[in-house]
Amino acid sequence: MEEKDRIINDVTQSEYKYGFVTDIETDIIETGLNENVIRIISAKKNEPEFMLEFRLNAFRKWQKMKMPDWAYLKIPPIDFQKISYYAAPKTEAKYESLDEVDPDLLDTFNKLGIPVEEQKHLAGVAVDIVMDSVSVKTTFKDTLAEKGIIFCSFSDAVKEHPELIKKYLGQAVPVADNYFSALNSAVFSDGSFCYIPKGVRCPMELSTYFRINAANTGQFERTLIIADDDSYVSYLEGCTAPMRDENQLHAAVVAIITMDRAEVKYSTVQNWYPGNKEGVGGVYNFVTKRGICRGVSSKISWTQVETGSAITWKYPSCILLGDNSVGEFNSVAVTNNYQQADTGSKMIHIGKNTKSTIISKGISAGKSNNSYRGLVKVMPGAKNSRNFSQCDSLLLNDTCGAHTFPYIDVQNKSSIVEHEATTSKIGEDQIFYCNQRGIDTETAIGMIVNGYAKEVLNKLPMEFAVEAQKLLQISLEGSVG
Amino acid sequence: MLSIKNLYASVEGQEILKGINLEIKPGEVHAIMGPNGSGKSTLANVLAGKDDYEITADEITFLGENLLDKSPETRAKDGLFLSFQYPVEIPGVPMVNFIKTAVNEHRKHRGEKELTAGEFLKLMRKKMELVELKTKLTNRSVNEGFSGGEKKKNEIFQMAMLEPKLAILDETDSGLDIDALKTVANGVNALKSPETSSIVITHYQRLLDYIVPDFVHVLYHGKIVKSGGKELAFELEEKGYDWIKKENGN
Repeated sequence: MEEKDRIINDVTQSEYKYGFVTDIETDIIETGLNENVIRIISAKKNEPEFMLEFRLNAFRKWQKMKMPDWAYLKIPPIDFQKISYYAAPKTEAKYESLDEVDPDLLDTFNKLGIPVEEQKHLAGVAVDIVMDSVSVKTTFKDTLAEKGIIFCSFSDAVKEHPELIKKYLGQAVPVADNYFSALNSAVFSDGSFCYIPKGVRCPMELSTYFRINAANTGQFERTLIIADDDSYVSYLEGCTAPMRDENQLHAAVVAIITMDRAEVKYSTVQNWYPGNKEGVGGVYNFVTKRGICRGVSSKISWTQVETGSAITWKYPSCILLGDNSVGEFNSVAVTNNYQQADTGSKMIHIGKNTKSTIISKGISAGKSNNSYRGLVKVMPGAKNSRNFSQCDSLLLNDTCGAHTFPYIDVQNKSSIVEHEATTSKIGEDQIFYCNQRGIDTETAIGMIVNGYAKEVLNKLPMEFAVEAQKLLQISLEGSVG
Repeated sequence: MLSIKNLYASVEGQEILKGINLEIKPGEVHAIMGPNGSGKSTLANVLAGKDDYEITADEITFLGENLLDKSPETRAKDGLFLSFQYPVEIPGVPMVNFIKTAVNEHRKHRGEKELTAGEFLKLMRKKMELVELKTKLTNRSVNEGFSGGEKKKNEIFQMAMLEPKLAILDETDSGLDIDALKTVANGVNALKSPETSSIVITHYQRLLDYIVPDFVHVLYHGKIVKSGGKELAFELEEKGYDWIKKENGN
């Protein structure tokens, strides 16, 4: 608690802290999107034929699709021909130890406060760093390999485990699921792949730090996690991005598949550059995250702390296919200044006795708009299923907006779906009470916001919760009023 | 300690305090009594720095410094404490974290080191005993789910933790049964010293049986219309406020 409070307390005075650019040579292909570009991407990555086919198929479908317009977002037109779809650091070699890694890159991570060096020793976290598009460094691979766990870059997985990729690629998130997943399927650069074999409990938290670095480059990550029967893994994803004036498009796909009695915990701290105080710049974050609980009694939980991006469009979802399977979504979404977020979850109950929980905490400040959008769908065969949803909104002033769009569709009589929602504003009386005890207003707001979000923050792994709170604090800086 | 000269305060054009003069020396207990709507709570809020008011005054000094120049949190850290009439609930913020933050902010202000977790807990236990506050309450969110009496005890507990130089108790007796009243009063008395002062705001003489004032002031229509020793409180109890009202032509 003390650590949490300390971090909350040193909020507020700074501009976006992680806005710096690392000067590393990058290999960028020309802007534009056509079949030829896709062939170049596939060729640069030395992909097998089936991957090229997958990409081309996705591209053809994407061409026939339209940008979704149902979200409560104002999205400026995006010229997909003005984006470069591939950027890889020129230092292509994989390193045996950190000594061989470009010192500039290490310095970047030091600035972020997450030095790889320390990460290696910290609580057994293996880090697969994605800097721009190519995985630069994979650690702990050997330790994991002893248990039969595969944790590597997506490109490596395509080469070394094509049978797994062939089997599971596009299963949780079909190519044409939506506009952005189709785009990602066509042009995705790299990402992470994780396979936990039967009966294995992954001995450490797996994490990937994503980072946009090259200017004017789209970022299209793809993550695939497969947990075989009776296995368990906790996966952490954290993002920080350098400050940029031009909007950067980010359209990632994360897919999780759990077999019988397997459990995957996926935690995210998202801090893409949100634009400046006037709403200029910032990342567009259009992400598709979905898990399928294929096996009986399997479980997938999504926990996210979203503080960044100019525009967020993101609905981590669970398809509860196996009987007795469980889906969870825990979210804190902060919007400040001119940020817009339309985020929430979908829980699709198909198997019997399936359970899902949605806890969504929206915090709005500045002139931002923060929407929760959720779907709970219970199919006719999903007898005795249960859902509990709680959507809370906290407003910091009178100029921001909070919106809730819950959709509930229950198709049998034995299931129970509950939805609770609250909206509150930080009261001047609360602030004055804190002031009167010697606590300044920024600290008071930090304390109140932290208290409000605690239920979700507590679900994060400890070391991650600390970073999450720091981001929460930074993103609400100067929002009093 | 505190010197108020010709204080006026208004809210949205309506004048509530109309020329208050008050002089409080170290070690003194001043009671401020008066009927509803006479401006008692406004006086407390103005001194604590609530910014809902338009204020003019010839001078208000606290410990020799201009009070009105300072933010509410600086006034608090300088040693001015307000026990609220209606303590607000702050959901999600555990009482123990809240008071720890407050104590450490005070210590920082005085150039002292922050307390370690052990020192803090020891101090907290001692102070909780003083007002017979149950341990489980500090694990709850600030004032959330506290009974009326517990909220008032919690105010005095915070006062004990922060050790102010000047404590303003705004109707600390309201909503208390006689046992709770005694407990709260004992807590206040235990903190009394020749260096500290208090302003006790109340409707009733009852509280003053336990917290004995050196001076009693009657506030009516935004002015102190009568001042005296503790016997003035008995007189008020006996005659009621109608007596004051009549004397002041209302």
